[in-house]
Amino acid sequence: MSEGNASPPVLELRNVSKTYQIKQGMFGERKPLKAVNDVSLSLQRGDVLGLVGESGCGKSTLAKILLGLEAPTSGEVLVDGEPIGAQNRRLLARRIQPIFQDPYSSLNPRKSIRDIISLPLRVHGIGDSASQDKAVREILDVVGLPSRVMNSYPSQMSGGQRQRVAIARALIMKPEVVVCDEPTSALDVSVQSQILNLLGELRREFGLTYLFISHNLAVVEHLATRVAVMYLGRIVEEAPVGALFDEPRHPYTEALLASVLTPEPDLGVPDTHLGATYPNPIEPPTGCHFHPRCARVMERCKGVAPQITCDGEHSVECHLYGRESGQAVA
Amino acid sequence: MSEPVLSVRNLRLDIPTGAGTLHAVRGIDFDLERGETLCIVGESGSGKSLTSLAIMDLLSKRIERKADKLVFDGTDLTKAGAKKMRALRGDRMAMIFQEPMTSLNPAYTIGDQLMEALLLHRKVGKAEARRRAVELLEKVGITGAERRLSQYPHQLSGGLRQRVMIAMALMCEPELIIADEPTTALDVTIQAQILRLLVDLTREMNVAMILITHDLGVVARVADKVAVMYAGELVETGTAKKVFDAPMHPYTRGLLRCIPVPGKTERGSELGSIPGIVPSLVGKVSGCVFRTRCEEATEACRGEIPYRESAEGRHNFRCVHETGRRAGVEEPA
Repeated sequence: MSEGNASPPVLELRNVSKTYQIKQGMFGERKPLKAVNDVSLSLQRGDVLGLVGESGCGKSTLAKILLGLEAPTSGEVLVDGEPIGAQNRRLLARRIQPIFQDPYSSLNPRKSIRDIISLPLRVHGIGDSASQDKAVREILDVVGLPSRVMNSYPSQMSGGQRQRVAIARALIMKPEVVVCDEPTSALDVSVQSQILNLLGELRREFGLTYLFISHNLAVVEHLATRVAVMYLGRIVEEAPVGALFDEPRHPYTEALLASVLTPEPDLGVPDTHLGATYPNPIEPPTGCHFHPRCARVMERCKGVAPQITCDGEHSVECHLYGRESGQAVA
Repeated sequence: MSEPVLSVRNLRLDIPTGAGTLHAVRGIDFDLERGETLCIVGESGSGKSLTSLAIMDLLSKRIERKADKLVFDGTDLTKAGAKKMRALRGDRMAMIFQEPMTSLNPAYTIGDQLMEALLLHRKVGKAEARRRAVELLEKVGITGAERRLSQYPHQLSGGLRQRVMIAMALMCEPELIIADEPTTALDVTIQAQILRLLVDLTREMNVAMILITHDLGVVARVADKVAVMYAGELVETGTAKKVFDAPMHPYTRGLLRCIPVPGKTERGSELGSIPGIVPSLVGKVSGCVFRTRCEEATEACRGEIPYRESAEGRHNFRCVHETGRRAGVEEPA
């Protein structure tokens, strides 16, 4: 996206696809499910890329590929311009760390907070136990927890505190990229805002880059610098946060934004015009995958898959904006 | 105005624990008119789900329920026995839960589960029950309703399952529906559809609804009346418009500052927060429960806390401060 920039993107995906072979029924034949379908993205240092879409659209598969937990079927993932394939998992884990949704299941209940947070240091054989303790104390301070919790266990902590522990564990290796998969959706409103503030501070302080996956669009709008909208394994629209929220182009993005329930009592429940339910990803609709639910569907959408059109930093995959259609529909 | 369909006065729920009695809900009052939607909003542990289970008499035996008044549609629920309650539940009052996968029985077809309540509570034959099931599935926007009757819950998506739950709740045309976080497990797009459906159907069938949620956006868009719950008490009640446009209780104001509002909150700015944690409710609880986290707290908050009515009426809050703010503190611009 940002060509002419001297340093390579911190993280880049080039035509990444992940196809699972799904067996339908005990004797059914295997059918391909394209969870991630030819996705290209690039993140500059300090970017927060918000990734939004309905469940089953491939957001989490994409996160797993970035974390090295799944190998892409085709395409390349590059960190600082180097392909991940050439690096081993251990090196990758130093640079990309995850924060998961549920702080109740992502922390080992039998380990103390000290053990949980220092595990990455021990795995990589960094320092002795005294210096590891020191590092844990420092990182606890960074995430706003008192150092006395070191000897506590996850069960003794609240949801917000646990998520702070998960953040501390992710940051102790000083990664460049943090993949946050729904980091606040299991938390209460008052705790969610504290975690969001913390993530914002940490980004400014350490120059972190986030891939921020969430179904809460208000939260994404608040934290992200860029937003990618995913539908059936494809990125259908990508743009800087202001452009995407102020001038959405893809009808799917419009529908997603329309479904956000802001706390404004006069507005009532919106009609998203998304009639049909989410399609079965094993048998995606022909042409544009979104056409059966699209409010602005045209004849061409049913047969021909749209191409990505770029306008500066705003890219969209929709026939309304395709070159062949001549003019964008306002 | 006619009698409210549900009238609750001084509802208390106590849970005995090893360390003493946990006063989970302490003195809740509200009325619900026919066809009206009340949203109870609060964070986890505030007692909002317990309150709904108490009305349905679905609490664990361990929990002690006391109330000065708990009257549903002319029936005194404090005196109703297990048999009477069984007759009311699923018939006059119905419930919709958060996770439709765990609240539908995986071993029975959609049709069996839909027809069960009607066959149990009404003198109708199978054919009549089946007709009604198809009618309601169509009403909740499920296509191919006949075919769905013979399907099992695992064959439906999350959104469809929640539609089935709504259809099930409406089978006997209840007076009251309690929906506990009905859309929390769903995608935002599906959430909007399901909420629209609930609002339209309750209005059309004149069913009263208590909707329990932690999502302030849902509350604002769905509620006629709002009750904000904190640590077992209703700290503020009123019409949605009043509570959102002119929140009086410091907790309500704090909650509203925590959420980013598109178009209003500056992107990337610091969000408000409520420091501290919910206090323990074990043993004697006195004074304002929110005072440990409240920026307006004064010495007087340890004493008796009056219920106040805001200047415009039909809007109550529980605070020692007359305006919900410490005297001498100007409202920030």
